[in-house]
Amino acid sequence: MLHTLSNLGPAPEPNITVLWSNHMPNTFKRYCVKVSRDTSSLQYENDDLMRPFWGDDYGIACCVSAMRLGKQMQFFGARVNLAKALLYAINGGRDEVTGDQVAPPTLPASGDFLDYDDVMDKFDATMEWLAKTYVHAMNCIHYMHDKYFYERLEMALHDRDILRTMAFGIAGLSVVADSLSAIKYGKMRVTRDPTGLIVDFQNEGNKSTPQFGNNDDRVDQIASSIVTSFMEKIRKHPTYRNATHTQSVLTITSNVVYGKATGNTPDGRRKGEPFGPGANPMHGRDSHGWLASCLSVAKLPYKDAQDGISYTVSIAPQKAHLSEAQIVDEAVKAFDAYFERGGFHMNLNVIEKETLEDAMKNPDKYPQLTIRVSGYAVNFVRLTPEQQRDVISRTFHGQI
Amino acid sequence: MSTVQPLEPGSRYDIRVGISPDAPDEDNFKDEAGSFGYCHSYETSSRYDGPGLRIVIFTSGCLLRCTYCHNPDTWHLKDGTYVSVDHVLRRLGAFAPTIRTLGGGLTISGGEPMVQLAFTRRIFAGAKDMGLHTAIETSGFLGDRADDSYLSVIDHVLLDIKSSDPATYRRVTGRDLAPTLRFAERLASISKPVWVRFTLVPGATDDPANVDGIARFVAPMKNVEWVEVQPFHQMGEFKWKAMGLDYKHFDTQPASRELVNRVIEQFRAAGCQAR
Repeated sequence: MLHTLSNLGPAPEPNITVLWSNHMPNTFKRYCVKVSRDTSSLQYENDDLMRPFWGDDYGIACCVSAMRLGKQMQFFGARVNLAKALLYAINGGRDEVTGDQVAPPTLPASGDFLDYDDVMDKFDATMEWLAKTYVHAMNCIHYMHDKYFYERLEMALHDRDILRTMAFGIAGLSVVADSLSAIKYGKMRVTRDPTGLIVDFQNEGNKSTPQFGNNDDRVDQIASSIVTSFMEKIRKHPTYRNATHTQSVLTITSNVVYGKATGNTPDGRRKGEPFGPGANPMHGRDSHGWLASCLSVAKLPYKDAQDGISYTVSIAPQKAHLSEAQIVDEAVKAFDAYFERGGFHMNLNVIEKETLEDAMKNPDKYPQLTIRVSGYAVNFVRLTPEQQRDVISRTFHGQI
Repeated sequence: MSTVQPLEPGSRYDIRVGISPDAPDEDNFKDEAGSFGYCHSYETSSRYDGPGLRIVIFTSGCLLRCTYCHNPDTWHLKDGTYVSVDHVLRRLGAFAPTIRTLGGGLTISGGEPMVQLAFTRRIFAGAKDMGLHTAIETSGFLGDRADDSYLSVIDHVLLDIKSSDPATYRRVTGRDLAPTLRFAERLASISKPVWVRFTLVPGATDDPANVDGIARFVAPMKNVEWVEVQPFHQMGEFKWKAMGLDYKHFDTQPASRELVNRVIEQFRAAGCQAR
């Protein structure tokens, strides 16, 4: 099946997932890596992690969700913007962009500086309200959907008694984690507009607060606990047809849209800037290499995000002094290590020469494109055109 | 005394100077126990700085002033962050199991790791306790300071030999060549695995006689597994500019493919395993 990508050429559909088990034959693992390298069209999910939940006979539906074939269906639930929820919590339920009262009025953060425990209490209450609203909305949508557009044909292909899941989701996890970390480990001064709305943040304490994506428990635990805490809040509310509550940490492109609609956040992200996709660390903040980044994402608890935790990695080919076979071997070992540590999903993009050429023409599209040259990591768009041409020639032509 | 800070985000392509302005002066820095030291940054996924996948810690402080240096922001001790060895080892410990699985290790680079001898010794020793392979990237200029016990916690040495000609060496680094050669011979005498690294800078180190000199010196050493030719690049230029330093290589072209091949062939002709 994988070979169709070579026969027919890569295409966005079908979306092929390799269910990776560390017990797979090494030859197959190596073949997967080669296909990935040539087509960037594979995603990987952790079979060893999912089998205890779903058994042996499951497939991947939607984007990354595991489904027992013919025995399960999903009420799709999109996701909520947790970064905005954090801002609502700080602002007593008012929207940080429009100033409208959206969530029920609560006491906004007072004083010139944010207090971590106070913010956490407020955030917890806001998430409680959000979870309730979210579940009710999904119940309405799917009740009406079934009423007017029940999928008779598809359901005819399923067992009579099936497991229904209702897949909730969160966006902006790394923004929230980094923001809470900045409040906890820094000293966060707030700026209010004339109506008292908190619209900006200034860290006047330790600037180097831990950031998600660096395998730093101080912030990774914040991220994990938010996943668990929001899932628990969702589970409190009954669902339409008693569907099982699940949750995803997943966005495809909506992280850009959510970002556009969200004001300044305490982590230093400016109003309108995109969130990191899925469970990815914020762009460029995972500054110690892919290994650290992977290990942070691998910590997120699958038991509280059974609809999937999506992680996208883009790598430029590093030739180093390795043979083709050694490179593939190393990649296989890296996958084994990531999944062994509990990583759920990986989208592997191998950066192509064309990408770099496009980045030369449109640097705005690639603010964080990092390339390695002889072990030296550089931000590609910061280089001069001559240097960029040098990088391209080193990355794709030489054994340098 | 300066406050101890956690290693912060930031990798070696970010400029981070003057992080610890309140740190003790270098002259007064006599913490022989090595409980604290200065780290510029670290990285977890390098495939160039030793065998396998490397965690690389860049310590700050270097006595050489190479005209083509791509990390001039690591020259001064206080360019780094003042951290405790316990903190460094805790961070390292978070990666150790995975690095063992992947078959890699720890490399300390810089800067010059031997500037902070006691500090780096303790990091190496800690890494060995975790079962990690250890490597040091050094110019060898301070090799005399490294006693046998220091070398005993290091599995592998990446030794930068920038030139075989004392005058050239002084011109490009500002220092003497002899200590480096002495250190290389000592490593050979104890059969410590070494990769020799040679930075090929057009117009500065590319003279065929210069390359031949290194090749002849290295060729008889059985402990030298590889001679690695590292072509000069302009990626560090922005640091020199931003730091207001006098950069002599604005007009130097990156080493061409042909030049690199010529130099690699020169090493091979002398009997070195070169790449």
